[in-house]
Amino acid sequence: MTVHISHIIRIVKAGWKNIYLHKLRSLLTALGIIFGVASVIAMLAIGEGASYEAREKIKELGSNNIIVRSVKPPTTPGTQQTVMLPVYGLTPEDLRKIETIPSVDMVIPTWEDKRDVWYLEKSVTARIVGTYPEYPLLMNLQVTKGRFFNSADSQMIKPYAVIGSSIKNQLFPLEEAVGKSIRIGSNYFTVIGVAREKAIVSGVGFEAEDINFDIYIPLTTQRIYYGEYTVGERTGVGLRGIERSWVKYHRFIVKVLDMQQIVTTAAIIEDILKANHKEQDYEILVPLQLLKQAEHTARIFNIVLGSIAAISLIVGGIGIMNIMLATVTERTREIGIRRALGAKRRDIIKQFLTEAVILSSIGGFIGVLLGVIIPKVVTKLAAMTTIITSWSILIAFSISVAVGITFGIYPARKAAYLDPIQALRYE
Amino acid sequence: MEKNYILKLEDITKTYTIGHIQIPVLKKISLAIEKGMHISLMGPSGSGKTTLLNILGCLDKPTTGRYFIDGKEVSSLSDDELSEIRSKKIGFIFQSYNLIPHLTVIENIGLPLFYQGIDEKVITQKAIEMAEMVGLGDRLKHKPTELSGGQQQRVAIARALINNPAFILADEPTGNLDTKTGKEIMELLKKLNEEQGTTLFIVTHDSNIASYGKATVRILDGEIVSG
Repeated sequence: MTVHISHIIRIVKAGWKNIYLHKLRSLLTALGIIFGVASVIAMLAIGEGASYEAREKIKELGSNNIIVRSVKPPTTPGTQQTVMLPVYGLTPEDLRKIETIPSVDMVIPTWEDKRDVWYLEKSVTARIVGTYPEYPLLMNLQVTKGRFFNSADSQMIKPYAVIGSSIKNQLFPLEEAVGKSIRIGSNYFTVIGVAREKAIVSGVGFEAEDINFDIYIPLTTQRIYYGEYTVGERTGVGLRGIERSWVKYHRFIVKVLDMQQIVTTAAIIEDILKANHKEQDYEILVPLQLLKQAEHTARIFNIVLGSIAAISLIVGGIGIMNIMLATVTERTREIGIRRALGAKRRDIIKQFLTEAVILSSIGGFIGVLLGVIIPKVVTKLAAMTTIITSWSILIAFSISVAVGITFGIYPARKAAYLDPIQALRYE
Repeated sequence: MEKNYILKLEDITKTYTIGHIQIPVLKKISLAIEKGMHISLMGPSGSGKTTLLNILGCLDKPTTGRYFIDGKEVSSLSDDELSEIRSKKIGFIFQSYNLIPHLTVIENIGLPLFYQGIDEKVITQKAIEMAEMVGLGDRLKHKPTELSGGQQQRVAIARALINNPAFILADEPTGNLDTKTGKEIMELLKKLNEEQGTTLFIVTHDSNIASYGKATVRILDGEIVSG
């Protein structure tokens, strides 16, 4: 059988006419597909965005690194209640021992605390990070203006500070920051560099932190100016006011020589710390493992989200089948007339199948538009990263067309196999 | 075959089986009609005339017997082949017009050609010619509901003629019309028969209508009683 383009156009035209004849009904029918397609695209975009965020966050920690963090040990009721100054976390001894592991290239400790930072009458709360000059190397931190402090600054206990981009924007919205003097607590620091802005990332295994609000100072300077106490606001109920704790180091960033040895090195560190600490007041993070985990989780997340959305597409398809069956009944006489005038069964199938596919394609098209808009709105309102992939649009649209064919075929066949004599008599 | 019959039935029977009971509706019907004839088929309800009409229209198949259209046997064709015969050889006129309500006059008239894969422009042009021939040249874009019964039946006649069929089957074509309009429709059909040689096969129970024909076939209890 030769298929003429004009013949196809004519069938599509006729189908469109019938759909247009029942605008409201058609729209309501297509609604199922619209929402199905939109939710498939939106869900996948949100899932893809979440996994991207997790990956970025982990990459920021450096996939060649192992992060060891001090954590406040869980307080057992009765024992810790009276201790006003909890002492916990990583110690200089831990640092020395980890440095001696052969597979370890470098260990960089940090000490961190939240403080108010002032420039003239403007102030902002920042996280003060006292660390080594090698910190930018390991954490992939770039300085856009000025420079990071070097080992000479460190040795000479210079009051130098490198500020995050958000600190710069809040304290120095219009002026140059480098060379200016800022006050942290009761001490004055000279800004020598501004760090490049980094995406705010929140994700699997980490609390959300905005490193654009970091201020980096030499660890030596920090020790002289602030000692080893951290002052934080008490979060729980009970004693009101501030909470102090005594922590030598908040983080070790351990750079491993060879990526292959990350897992074994992490195990060795675990053993060392276990031997040195009575309590579980530390935590070991292996970004590479987390990355793999995050990717695995993201995949499952995507499959689950996608499947839920796909179910709504099937529901949409059932809606189309329902309305097509009603249409066939309603147009029984028309089918009889067409058959009497020479329409073959496959002509009738083509006619009704075309209508079903047009319905589902229109639904698919509007659904794609909606599915592209929804993630953008989510990003705006919830500050979530969403990534619309072209394959998700392609898949969602193809499924909608496939749904139209699948659920249109039964009503179309039903129409084609009506007895023309009975159909002609149908009132 | 010594004569060129447009339509020929040989010992056609039709038997319906309901449960275990066999009901013979047509009993050995034989009939031969020449080109250009105007035949009236009469018979009381239940006589089998509708069944005979369905078989003549290739909408139904006989149980036994042979049926020729234009010398070609059609009694054992497939559904697709029968559809093609209907589309090319037969024109239908129904009592209740059977126009498709959401199509315009032109679209309704052109419908039989639609299924022959003919170019749309050609169909439209032909449909306009047909509409003018039945006196509806000024109603081309109207929907059937905007027309009177007589006009609707004219559309149906135009539709039956557009594929230049071997014969036209009309089932009570004036049944839904008043006497005056019915007469006009019959005059139109008669004119087509006389001027263009269109073979007509008209089913009616009205002897006035039957009298327009050149011959009358009477059917009773599934058998032809006179013809």
